[in-house]
Amino acid sequence: MDIVLEVKNLNVSFNNEAVIKDLSFDVKKSEVLVILGPNGAGKTTLLRTLLGIVPHTGEIIWRTKNISYLPPQEFVQRKNMPPLSVLEFFKIKNDSLKRIKEIINMVGLDKSILNKEFYNLSTGQFQRMLIAWALINKPEVLLLDEPASGIDIGGEETIYSLLHKFWEKWGITILMVTHDLNIVWEHATNVLCLNKRGLCYGPPEKVLAPKRLKELYGVGIKFYKHKVKK
Amino acid sequence: MIELMYALIIGGFTGWLAGYMGSLMLTKRMALAGGALGHLTLPGITLALIYGFDVTLGALAFLILGITLIWFFEKKTKQPMEALTAVVFASSVAVAFLFLKQEQVVPALIGDVSKLTIDVVIATAFASIAIFLIVKRYLLKMTLINISRDLAISEGINVDKYNLLYLACVAVTVAIGVRIVGGLMTAAIVAIPAVASRIVSRTLKSYVYTSAFFGALACVAGILMNYATGLPAGPMIIISNAVIFFIAALKPS
Repeated sequence: MDIVLEVKNLNVSFNNEAVIKDLSFDVKKSEVLVILGPNGAGKTTLLRTLLGIVPHTGEIIWRTKNISYLPPQEFVQRKNMPPLSVLEFFKIKNDSLKRIKEIINMVGLDKSILNKEFYNLSTGQFQRMLIAWALINKPEVLLLDEPASGIDIGGEETIYSLLHKFWEKWGITILMVTHDLNIVWEHATNVLCLNKRGLCYGPPEKVLAPKRLKELYGVGIKFYKHKVKK
Repeated sequence: MIELMYALIIGGFTGWLAGYMGSLMLTKRMALAGGALGHLTLPGITLALIYGFDVTLGALAFLILGITLIWFFEKKTKQPMEALTAVVFASSVAVAFLFLKQEQVVPALIGDVSKLTIDVVIATAFASIAIFLIVKRYLLKMTLINISRDLAISEGINVDKYNLLYLACVAVTVAIGVRIVGGLMTAAIVAIPAVASRIVSRTLKSYVYTSAFFGALACVAGILMNYATGLPAGPMIIISNAVIFFIAALKPS
């Protein structure tokens, strides 16, 4: 199977404090890799490093340039900003109006949203809109950081189902940071357990034993393993 | 009459550019920094007044120096640009007042639209159009940087390059602006049109163009009031801006 990303001996430090230590893994085409770990484990830093935002040592080899990113909501400025319509936000991507309307429709939003102010959307609408924005170029790889944070349980399920739909339809490779173990069982093909170091890597049914979770989070984690057909 | 015509042309171009750039500066929360940058020009204006060369050139030289320092410190320390601007501008004001003669204080602080020449008019028009076209071209990219630096980088946008370009455009805008409103009031010609426009606009396009229009309108109105009453043009321009803001503020929410 084609490898789209190779990470070798990755190290990231902030102010001489190691945030990621000697991390190596591969990501194959059309894989859904869920990155798990407690707060401060380096998950967000890992995604930002993979995008070239954070200085690092080690090797990051992308075998595609068609990569999209959906940052966590707190990394997107929405308050006290001047007016910007959703359509203007999409124009940054240089796509046709027809394509913009198509993708808006595909994420379950009405095209009337294009005339709304970017900053006045509800959290759920905003996240769907950002997903549409990330997907409009039909990326080969999508990096997501807590895509359902701040969204209620029903909305959360919709976001993950939506992403699953695009994964099935387009065969996108997805790298996703989440705290939600249910997402691992329902959607992940592989899981990377991270707590500064890589503690496990592989299919969830093989690597996510309770002992491993205790090692990762420092406390016993109870979970229910869904029997979901991928 | 020719002096009035020159002043109106310069006022129109300067106001349009200041309003347009001000809309972007407000987006970057740097509207008040326009004032700080205006103060940064004071040593340059001082030198221009002492040695008899054009105030915009003096202002621009010191702005480039100051902005380069701010940009360097931002990269080096990751501190907010606004805070770093305060550090650099306060030092500039102190230096300027060491050398400024008493009779030069007023034109340095509130500007002067008399004694304009055709060369200055042409240079101002050319620089204003050039800066406007550059920013217009990259406006959406600069807006994305403001929304999310990470998102911009992931889209392949060189954030450092665009921040430097933005600061260079701000420098030229302020250097042009100090001629008509002086080093003291440049914040007003960039901030007030943008705030007024923000009240009445719902899209980025209408926001930036309304801001530019308000800026030009206020400058032209201020210069006409200066011609009619003999009161200094700089304060008249700012008062015109304030009137436009009050009218915009009356808009039902």
